[in-house]
Amino acid sequence: MTEPDRVGRRIEDLTREIAPRVLAALVRRYGHFDECEDAVQEALLAAAVQWPEQGVPDNPYGWLSTVATRRMVDQIRGEAARRRREQVDFARRPADEQVAPPVDPRCDGERPDRDDTLTLLFLCCHPALTAASQVALTLRAVGGLTTEQIASAFLVPDATMGPRISRAKQRIKAAGATFDPPDRAEWADRIRVVLHVLYLIFNEGYTTSSGPVLQRADLAAEAIRLTRAVHRQLPEDGEVAGLLALMLLTDARRPARTTADGALVPLAEQDRGRWHRPAIVEGVGLVEAAMSRGAVGPYQLQAAIAAVHVEAARAQDTDWPQIAVLYQILERVSPNPMVTLNRAIAVAMTDGPAAGLELLRALGEDRRMAEHYRLAAVRAHLLEMAGDTSAARDAYELAARRTASLPEQRYLAARAARLP
Amino acid sequence: MKFLLIMHNNPAVWESLTEAERNAVMTGHGGFIKTIQESGEMIVTQALADPSNSAVVRVRDGLPVVTDGPYLEAKEFLGGYYLVDVASRERALELAAMIPDAAVDGLGIEVRPVMFSAGMEMEI
Repeated sequence: MTEPDRVGRRIEDLTREIAPRVLAALVRRYGHFDECEDAVQEALLAAAVQWPEQGVPDNPYGWLSTVATRRMVDQIRGEAARRRREQVDFARRPADEQVAPPVDPRCDGERPDRDDTLTLLFLCCHPALTAASQVALTLRAVGGLTTEQIASAFLVPDATMGPRISRAKQRIKAAGATFDPPDRAEWADRIRVVLHVLYLIFNEGYTTSSGPVLQRADLAAEAIRLTRAVHRQLPEDGEVAGLLALMLLTDARRPARTTADGALVPLAEQDRGRWHRPAIVEGVGLVEAAMSRGAVGPYQLQAAIAAVHVEAARAQDTDWPQIAVLYQILERVSPNPMVTLNRAIAVAMTDGPAAGLELLRALGEDRRMAEHYRLAAVRAHLLEMAGDTSAARDAYELAARRTASLPEQRYLAARAARLP
Repeated sequence: MKFLLIMHNNPAVWESLTEAERNAVMTGHGGFIKTIQESGEMIVTQALADPSNSAVVRVRDGLPVVTDGPYLEAKEFLGGYYLVDVASRERALELAAMIPDAAVDGLGIEVRPVMFSAGMEMEI
């Protein structure tokens, strides 16, 4: 890394840490999430231009806060000026009405290190928004990414992402969302939405094996960073810990999950020496601590399953009976055909392919699953295990035709071609 | 997820419409474009020139051979498309139904998923 790169990286890390706090302080003072968010984005742009040349200010929070507040005040003045042109009673206004001191949480008598990440997340993951808008707004307002960065991460033009973010902000305004945390009755539902959005961001980054790899891989890192921040604020919440563990344990496999040319490598064939050990240690520790505290939720269970997988030194050492039990509990806690599909794999590995195929037969009657390529893909694997190569080949080919994922299609077609 | 909303054109159907009907279809696209631009779902749209303007290029023995006219002679041909990024297949179908051509007798919108480069590894 060259020196300017290092400086640029340091500035980016710093501003993305600070930006949500500046935004939160502005929103608390002025309301108007939409305008505040624009003001912070402009301040971030100014920092991106000025700091590399003039050096990082001694108090970067104060700098960003002052610039953003000034932008906000300019905006209010601009609106006020417009109103003045329209109204004749402006002369009666006190002259200093439009002037506000810079926002600084310290002036509000609050802790300067107050972490507003969670409060902002609740706002960005407002139930009035679609999942895609929640994701985009979270990355921008909490992650501090620019619209251009988010657009490029999701492989859409800026002209698509810009309106999506604007509309999300308008919806929040229309829904009358405030900066107050949700009350006790809503809390569980709202935190579930927040965790789901973080999970979506993670998956978007993790599942990508080609394309602009670096930027999309960054989404996984960003999701982990934000989930870590939520975990810091809610250390006792088992599902937050579970989600963080799930991300770490999944991301740990990333170096081994694709070949150099982007082909998918199934779990059983991955070079386990390439898995990222520190992430595994941290993830296993998190999920063990969370599950020992009681109330077990879906993220903890998925993390526990991921932990059983990564704890096996070789694929054949995998404790499949334990995975089968965990999937059974997960199925009870959050019934979902995808969970049943995965349980069928664990059952096949424990009790033989016929038992797994039996579970798949029932799934085929579920309208949501009958046409899904993933059902055909799992059936293909279990048929191959059972030695029915001709039926397995047909099922692989069917799955390959149905998937819209290029790397999965390539993997499934290769499995089909390998069979006699 | 991205979908291509494909508008197949059929000159015989198009010519059977009254001028008012044709105008309604054409102006209807303006409203549709505005809707999906504002919702942040539109990626790109193009209308294609008549296939009589097409040329097909084939390389044989290392040399390009150019023939005038469309790739396939057919009553219907690709007239244009919208590329959209939407939350679900259901939403893509909903958008397709909003395209004015969908309501024209004899025409329909084909909704096809666009392949992507993300993928999950199998657990076995």
